[in-house]
Amino acid sequence: MELFKYKKPIPLMSKAKYFGLLSLSVVILSWVLIFTKGFNYGIDFAGGTLIQVKYDKKAPIKEIRAKLSSVKKYENASVTNFGSDKEIVIRTKSSSGNVDKDVGKEVANLLKGTGNLVIRRVDMVGPKIGSELREKGLKATLFAIIGILIYLTFRFEWRFALASVIALIHDVSIAMGAIALLQVPFNLDILAAILTILGYSLNDTIIVFDRIREGIVKMKSHFNLGEIIDDSVTRTLSRTTLTSLTTFFVVFVLYLFGGEILKGFSFTLLVGVVVGTYSSIFIASPVLMWLGFDVKGYKEALAEKKKREMEKEKLRNQFEQGVV
Amino acid sequence: MGKLNYRVVIFMLAFAFGVIFSIPSLIQSNSGKKITLGLDLQGGLHLLLGIKTEDALKSYTKSLVSTAKFALDKKDIVIDDINIDVDMNKSIDKASFTVVDEDEVQNAVKTLKDTLKDIDVKANGTKVTLILPQKEIKKITNKAINQAVETIRNRLNQFGLAEPMVAKQGKDKILVEVPGVKTEEEKARIKKLIAKTAHLQLMAVDEDRAARVDSMTPQEARKYGDVILPDVKHPQIKYLVRAIPVLDGSMLTDAKSVYDKNGQPMITFALNGEGAKIFAAFTEKAAPTRARLAIVLDNKVYSAPHINERIGGGRGQITGGFTINEANDVAIALRSGALLAPVFIMEERSIGPSLGKDSIIASSIALISGFALVFLFMMFYYGMAGVIADIALVANLFLIIAIMSLFGATLTLPGMAGIVLTVGMAVDANVIINERIRELLHEGKSVAKAIEDGYSNAFTAIWDANVTTLIASTLLFFYGTGPIKGFAVTMTIGIMASMLTAILGTHGLYELLLPKIKKDKLGFWFGIKEAK
Repeated sequence: MELFKYKKPIPLMSKAKYFGLLSLSVVILSWVLIFTKGFNYGIDFAGGTLIQVKYDKKAPIKEIRAKLSSVKKYENASVTNFGSDKEIVIRTKSSSGNVDKDVGKEVANLLKGTGNLVIRRVDMVGPKIGSELREKGLKATLFAIIGILIYLTFRFEWRFALASVIALIHDVSIAMGAIALLQVPFNLDILAAILTILGYSLNDTIIVFDRIREGIVKMKSHFNLGEIIDDSVTRTLSRTTLTSLTTFFVVFVLYLFGGEILKGFSFTLLVGVVVGTYSSIFIASPVLMWLGFDVKGYKEALAEKKKREMEKEKLRNQFEQGVV
Repeated sequence: MGKLNYRVVIFMLAFAFGVIFSIPSLIQSNSGKKITLGLDLQGGLHLLLGIKTEDALKSYTKSLVSTAKFALDKKDIVIDDINIDVDMNKSIDKASFTVVDEDEVQNAVKTLKDTLKDIDVKANGTKVTLILPQKEIKKITNKAINQAVETIRNRLNQFGLAEPMVAKQGKDKILVEVPGVKTEEEKARIKKLIAKTAHLQLMAVDEDRAARVDSMTPQEARKYGDVILPDVKHPQIKYLVRAIPVLDGSMLTDAKSVYDKNGQPMITFALNGEGAKIFAAFTEKAAPTRARLAIVLDNKVYSAPHINERIGGGRGQITGGFTINEANDVAIALRSGALLAPVFIMEERSIGPSLGKDSIIASSIALISGFALVFLFMMFYYGMAGVIADIALVANLFLIIAIMSLFGATLTLPGMAGIVLTVGMAVDANVIINERIRELLHEGKSVAKAIEDGYSNAFTAIWDANVTTLIASTLLFFYGTGPIKGFAVTMTIGIMASMLTAILGTHGLYELLLPKIKKDKLGFWFGIKEAK
């Protein structure tokens, strides 16, 4: 089967400014969401306690709330269903450092009489650890971006590197905007998803850039970057779509069947895969164009490099043959 | 069939390696190296503990004063107004007291300097101050952590659970992981056992003032050098005891839980030589007045029997209406030594076994269905080229499991997600290669040439893309914690394995099959319309 057969380049670059405007507005909207609505920081970063309880029949949420609110410590606890109506999650902002008292047992005692229940999970993070995790997460993201920037500058050219990082910021911003919009609890797993998007988005962009680099070298008489980009993007369109499709499949399956704990993680990835695919086609390459990438200069630099290598080779040959 | 090439040989070796070393993990055999399931998959308790270092310093200073008092007593120098001041924020740690006889101050300072070598001793009038130097404070805090790690490990080992893990994390934290905790009760009991400071003290009851204990304030008690401690079963009953204990748990050599003659559980303990001597000396002095000796565990009085005679041999017992489980746990705690300072929870994550099982099932379903989807899609879209990619994908999965087994890596729930994701991303290399091959075939190249050039054209892109993903996953590994590390591990192994299987392996398979691939069967082999 063949869905995308290359016939002639699709004129994407001539429409680039519309995609640019669309993306810019979505990114700005995401930032507005992030700064006004903010993230719903989960206990990993904000500290607090989470208790997951499973009943053998429908969980009596009203009754549970009433029982909990009778105790000062759980007065402001939130109680929500988790995955099914048999299962609930209790969240509080407080945590207790006391090793001697067990929160799980405490809640089990408190909920006595609401039905047959098991405490399935207790997560408790103290405030100090929360801020430590936040700092570590921020560092990881920052270092990842810097590391990738350095690698790409070394492998391509600085404008390629910058363009791919802009595409990356675009993807991560929109994914985070979606998290803020839907108030998905921001925990360590979301951070892992964001770092994965970071890798994935670049992955996609690099494949296209690699083609553009190849196109620049191959199309001898062409100096129009827009045309080269159109040709390269069209030629990689099939791959970009197919890989996104297979990745989308597995992430979607993970979202559907992977269990409630992985929901936030797979949701973030779903957004990331879609946005990452879009940006590698419609955003990364135009940005490269807008950054004023100089085809002629790049070609000349390449030619110069090749010339030098050839001269070196010539010298070496002469040296080996004893001419010099 | 084409000739066996080095690529296909390496691929087959890797495949065989993958299958062989993943077998122990897949069939969960008892022998051979296996993947360890993370606590989130098998259920268990994860604790990150901090330690209250002020308390370690305080009790160290207390014992310092005990030693000082003992040394001065021997020289008949009487001291009073003992004061202990610990402030972690200002890093002050000192104890002061006054020497009753002014003429003895110099003598006292000299004695103390000889006895307490690492401590600064200063005198101002009759007031003598003992100051812990910074170096000493650091040493004590360090010791408190290391000793807590050791002690908690001992306790958990004696408790009889499978493979508890206790390790120091960073400078001042203790990581405790206990897999296979089944019930909330069991978990609570384990936490109690960890938390027990198990600080045993034998303290003399201040018989001169004991009668007034109910009306006495803690401040007043302090003035006399006493403390007020509650009874363990009836907290309203108070005891007035001397603040400096006669003996403490550091002189304990053994503790056992036994039944007394009424069938009640109790704990017997034995003291070391020095402890036995002090105990004998104290009981000899106390016997004529039938003074009481309080047996204090973690600042609660378990009993306070009258001393009727001198007790040699250094044995004692703690009674106080324990259940047999409590008596067992207290004995374990006493045997494995006291914590120099109490610990507190910085992070707790506990997963019940049923949730772990559910997570395994859910993520396995996701893995299998994701795999099936990708497998069928590749076959459907690329024909035989897709099947070749699928073979590489299967090899990749086995390799991930095999490598994780050999390193004894831990598989967590995010780790499972990482494997699922790898399934989707590992075929990327093959998609890129197949697209290149198709392109070249459309241009009218021969099959052999198209395959050769397809691989070389695709290589740089695949390489660069994988390296950047590796950069991200490596950083995730170094900065991630707990389960997230598991995600980074499977992603990293998956990417590396895919370079071997998806690039080298499939290339080898093509070379092997090349003589069979006919130009008029491109639909079957590469899923495209026959070239004209």
